[in-house]
Amino acid sequence: MTRSLLLLSLLVTWLAGVPASHAQSPEALKALADLAADNAEKREAAVNVLGGTRDPKWLELLAALRDGNVYARTQGKALEVVVGGTKSTKGDAELIDIASAYTRTALGTVPVASLTEIAADRRLRIAIKPFLDADETRAQLASADPERRRGAALKLGHQADASAAVVVEAAIAKESVDRVRETLQQAQALIRLAHGQAADRILAAQSLGNLHSFDAMPALQGLAADPGASRAERDAATHAIRQIERWSLLVRTVETLFQGASLASILLLMALGLAIVFGLMGVINMAHGELMALGAYSTFVVQNVFRARWPEAFDAYFVVALPVSFVVAAVVGVILERGVIRRLYGRPLETLLLTWGASLIIQQGLRLWFGAANVDVSSPSWLSGGFALMNGLTLPVNRLFIIALAAASVGGMYGLLFRTGAGLRIRAVTQNRAMSACLGVRAGWVDATTFALGAGLAGLAGCALTQIGNVGPSLGQNYIVDSFMVVVTGGVGKLAGTILAAAGIGGLNKGIEPALGAVFAKVAILVMVILFLQRRPAGLFATRGRSAEA
Amino acid sequence: MPRREAVALGVAALLLVVALPICNALPTSSPLHLSDFRLNLFGKFLAYAILALGLDLLWGYAGVLSLGHGVFFGLGAYAMGMHLMLEIGAKSVYQSALPDFMVWNQVKELPLFWRPFYSGAFTLAAIVLVPGLFALAFGFLAFRSRIRGVYFSIITQALALSAWLVFNRNEMRLGGTNGLADFKTIFGFSLNQASTQRGLYAVTALVLVVAYLVCRWITNSRAGKVLVAIRDSETRVLFSGYSPARYKLFVFVVSAVLAGVAGALYAPQVGIITPAKLGVLPSIEMVVWVAAGGRGTLVGAALGAFGVNWMQSWLTTSYPDLWLLFLGGLFMGVVLFFPDGLVGALARTATRMMRLTRSASSTATPTESARSREAPRTGHPRPEPVSRTPLQ
Repeated sequence: MTRSLLLLSLLVTWLAGVPASHAQSPEALKALADLAADNAEKREAAVNVLGGTRDPKWLELLAALRDGNVYARTQGKALEVVVGGTKSTKGDAELIDIASAYTRTALGTVPVASLTEIAADRRLRIAIKPFLDADETRAQLASADPERRRGAALKLGHQADASAAVVVEAAIAKESVDRVRETLQQAQALIRLAHGQAADRILAAQSLGNLHSFDAMPALQGLAADPGASRAERDAATHAIRQIERWSLLVRTVETLFQGASLASILLLMALGLAIVFGLMGVINMAHGELMALGAYSTFVVQNVFRARWPEAFDAYFVVALPVSFVVAAVVGVILERGVIRRLYGRPLETLLLTWGASLIIQQGLRLWFGAANVDVSSPSWLSGGFALMNGLTLPVNRLFIIALAAASVGGMYGLLFRTGAGLRIRAVTQNRAMSACLGVRAGWVDATTFALGAGLAGLAGCALTQIGNVGPSLGQNYIVDSFMVVVTGGVGKLAGTILAAAGIGGLNKGIEPALGAVFAKVAILVMVILFLQRRPAGLFATRGRSAEA
Repeated sequence: MPRREAVALGVAALLLVVALPICNALPTSSPLHLSDFRLNLFGKFLAYAILALGLDLLWGYAGVLSLGHGVFFGLGAYAMGMHLMLEIGAKSVYQSALPDFMVWNQVKELPLFWRPFYSGAFTLAAIVLVPGLFALAFGFLAFRSRIRGVYFSIITQALALSAWLVFNRNEMRLGGTNGLADFKTIFGFSLNQASTQRGLYAVTALVLVVAYLVCRWITNSRAGKVLVAIRDSETRVLFSGYSPARYKLFVFVVSAVLAGVAGALYAPQVGIITPAKLGVLPSIEMVVWVAAGGRGTLVGAALGAFGVNWMQSWLTTSYPDLWLLFLGGLFMGVVLFFPDGLVGALARTATRMMRLTRSASSTATPTESARSREAPRTGHPRPEPVSRTPLQ
């Protein structure tokens, strides 16, 4: 314990100030000689002296020592410490390039047998570690990457070491990024809370409360329950705890809302295609999930092609995969529609069984082709990572992307249906097939394009799902029943019904999940949907009047 | 019941209930011997056939397609399984009065809802009542609010998914993913003995015959005619002063009870019941039995259950990769090319033959020709109305 404290203070003085002495001072040189000594105490002391110089070159020597690359050799009467480099073999003698300990000037190639390795035992490695760690922390604090600076600040806060206060203060003064500065301030407050006077601790507690620092909760709770602390201190700590708890409630609410929005957008992406086809043809496409799986596997294939052909443009693969998965699923959809579904118009239950059969075949086909195991789709770099919304809440970029994609799909759908001639024809056939046909709309053509569109949307959803879940042959099965529920709840009258139902089911699901767990939340959703259908048997936006009971 | 059907049924009943067990009891050397394994397999298929009868009554006659019958099957099977688990008693691996899975899960005492299953009479009642009451509650809510067509199918599919999820949970105290297994005795008879299995088989066959009679009685009754009318045009039935919801609810409960009984007969013969039997896929597979055999014919449903499952047990052992492809192909092929299934196709061929013979000799009686004209229409429902709605 004492030793580690000593080491810590050593490391911190070194972090803080300027180099105390010239690097190759007599002390350092003596320590270097001691390294070769056959005495554990002496060697440890030598490490402390060398580390204490804070000289990067000596630190490199310590790193080499830890890795077992430092040797001693006899030069005349004296022992010389050298650093080993590349090993080679000549005949049956093993040779090694060596360099001097500090300046690293090459000293030629000698047989390994002529050297004695200075073995770094556990004790020595423990002695070395804080120096190298501190060096790393310092490098991180000076790094150009704000995330690395923030990581270093978090670490310093966790250690809450009194002597690091100076470093942290200096870093705060230099820091230009708000988030990193806040973390540094948190570290500073944590240090003060741990080591400061009563007045300091009150200020620190207040500042931690204002910073909404979750990391400080244990320390603050400790202070609030500490009988040795003054009343003012305890009050400040309790107040800060309350502030942080309120903040955490807010964070959790926003998080649940976000998760609900995320699930809703996934459901919406899937249900959109289903709903259009259902509205137009009264057909529930049970193969919708497998069309999604096709989209996901297309993404996988595009990814592999990029990895093999254009590894430098790997990040762009996803941009290509989106349209490709749309087209692949749309083509399979058209084949399904023109090939078989067309023959069963007006018989929704038969179509349901037919598409289920198709789904089994596609699923098994994927299993035979790609194997039953999940395949690996890696995210492009621009879709990984998170967007820090507020202290304690980082939103994953891939989920944000899916929300955006769902919004874009809905927007595109509205534009298509209400701003183009094709959309006009789709609406006409949906409303009255026979009359549209009489007026010259090619109903069969409209059916095929609509089905292609619905299938393509499924492919798009599958492509998006590769970024957040596993890609396997049964990918479609996991979400499909949920998206059916969305369609049934939304009704076929309006697209708005689908959107509302997706938002409602997604939000409710995530809202009750913390209380009931994932399984019973699903069951609760089913019960709610059934009860909801008591009031509105044909969904949110049912059709009224004559056409409803055709 | 027409005399021809009665005779056919009698022959089939004799064959299934009496002849096959006797074949099984014959010495192994006899050419007519039926192995224990085969008989057991047939017993399982006959249990499925009971379920298929109920499903056909619901779908083929009333036009209500349930994709969640695995749930009712599972409820019956679990009710029976719970009794069998308790019958094991301290003969289990852990020598505890509790079922083994409870010992693994560190359950200290038997949950309350397990206790009544010590009683055999209660179990037999539960096999009928649990699926029946559940179907009554679910069907009441569904039919009252006029959920119909694909909406009903989707809702029942969600039911199957939910039930599968729930039965998989360990805290339901129903064995989780592993289900209930390792049964030793049934009402005191050892399940390892061939004679017990033979008895179970005979009971299953007998129940199948009784179930067939009940279903036939329903379809021949006035209610049966209303059911077909509902299938063909529910709105017209409603406007004629009937309440379609009540008829549908009635037939839904009957079919759920048949499914539960089938499950209860299945569990002791197969020796295990797991949540995998009541999920989405098994539930929809049941529909294809009925579709393949011919819906709206009762006989077709039973034959379909038998045939498809025989095919499955052969394919999954010989070509495991092909089974799902075959099943998918069966779904598509039946729907596209044989909408009235095997029995319908046979009936059509028979009619054609009859017409040929009639044109050869013009002595056919009027009744015969009337019947032959009716034959191909069996159980092929009219296209259902599709609501067409504007997207706004």
